[in-house]
Amino acid sequence: MSLLTSSVGRKVLMAVSGFFLLMFIVAHLAGNSTIFIGSDWLNAYAEHLHELGPFVWVFRAFMLAMLLIHILFGVILTLENWGANPGKYAVTKRLKVTFSSRTMIWTGLLLLSFIVYHLLQFTFRVTPEIVLAADEVGRFDVFTMVVSSLRIVAIAAIYIFAMVVLFLHTRHGIQSFLQTLGLSNDNLQPKYALAGKLISAVFLVGFGAIPVLIFTGILVK
Amino acid sequence: MSANSEHGTMTLKLIVWRQKGPNEPGRFETYLAKGITEHHSFLEMLDVVNQDLIKEGKEPIVFDHDCREGICGTCSQVINGLPHGGQVRTTVCQLHMRKFKDGDTIYIEPWKAKAFPVLKDLMVDRGALDKVIQAGGYTSARTGAAPDGNSILISKESADYAMDAAECIGCGACVAACPNGAAMLFTGAKVSQLAALPQGKVEAAERVNSMLNAMKECGFGNCTNHFECQAACPKGIDVKFIARLNREYLKALVF
Repeated sequence: MSLLTSSVGRKVLMAVSGFFLLMFIVAHLAGNSTIFIGSDWLNAYAEHLHELGPFVWVFRAFMLAMLLIHILFGVILTLENWGANPGKYAVTKRLKVTFSSRTMIWTGLLLLSFIVYHLLQFTFRVTPEIVLAADEVGRFDVFTMVVSSLRIVAIAAIYIFAMVVLFLHTRHGIQSFLQTLGLSNDNLQPKYALAGKLISAVFLVGFGAIPVLIFTGILVK
Repeated sequence: MSANSEHGTMTLKLIVWRQKGPNEPGRFETYLAKGITEHHSFLEMLDVVNQDLIKEGKEPIVFDHDCREGICGTCSQVINGLPHGGQVRTTVCQLHMRKFKDGDTIYIEPWKAKAFPVLKDLMVDRGALDKVIQAGGYTSARTGAAPDGNSILISKESADYAMDAAECIGCGACVAACPNGAAMLFTGAKVSQLAALPQGKVEAAERVNSMLNAMKECGFGNCTNHFECQAACPKGIDVKFIARLNREYLKALVF
């Protein structure tokens, strides 16, 4: 099966899995945005999600599969690329390579460790500071849990840093998956690059606003 | 020597990679290039240095060159960190010393990629690119009498597109510039050129797969869409041809 072995095949797997992970980020941002409307909306949104029952688990299994494919082939391709390059030139000059494109493996691995932490914290709810309570109408109080964790400076800092890392990763990733899937040409490519930057900036501001507003005490209810 | 007296000459400090053979350790050596005018091409400047080295009884610097007209793709040097010296759409042989100033220090290195082992000094073995072409960079045609003119019609658009891709001179600057030592721009250009033409469409699926396999066997890396190759290409080959290669791969996979 050339998808698993050939250079472009593996990259297609990276691109497709990356696309689904990107779609997840979009959906996650939309869901999280309920926090800006109020605690009631966020708690109601979480309750609705959990009411989906088995569909949640099918969805989680699919996202986990996408994540594993993305990590596995990301690591394999990077190791192959390191092997194909015998070393740096005495003088290093770059014409087009960006910090973002050069650090994909590192931003990717940082995001992986963040995902593990984030799941332990707000999905499995096993981190030490976690506050578990019910709200006025008897639903699980997601809002209080999130706010009490993100009031802690170290945790707020981790979240803000992770969103900068996500910005760097998707900034290159968005234009990259479109090129890898062959959906690009000389006219579209610069537009994809711009779209990649803008969408990544939306992620940075959208997700980053939550720890910032909570930590500064602006988002309280 | 009227040119020298009219324009003055430059003295440059060259820091050049010297390596006796493929498995020998290499090192940088420093030379002075004296009496260089702005009219010298970069290769002519090296010729001058080599003449001096020969007079001193030292071994001259080995470097690849052939047409010296910017069309054969033989010259291959990384100058101050950039393949072909970094002047837009210019090969080393067409780079002139007017781009440098008296007293400049210039680093000269061979192409660096696992698929391009150094043969000696600045000369590398680019046979891997030939292997990629041998794997599928051709069209099979029946021999016999010459076909009638215009028996296969090709639109102006397709002809122009194929010609843009065919501009590749196979110098390997894309591989030298790529942080992954990948040959996707080179391979993409050939796959695109042939896939755009009716004569090449017949074998398009086989071609893309066998050229990709050959690329891998030769030890080239994978594309991570840095697009450094396009910026370094002396013929300005566009990365749209890499996207086309990816499309041709997906077409071959699905259909």
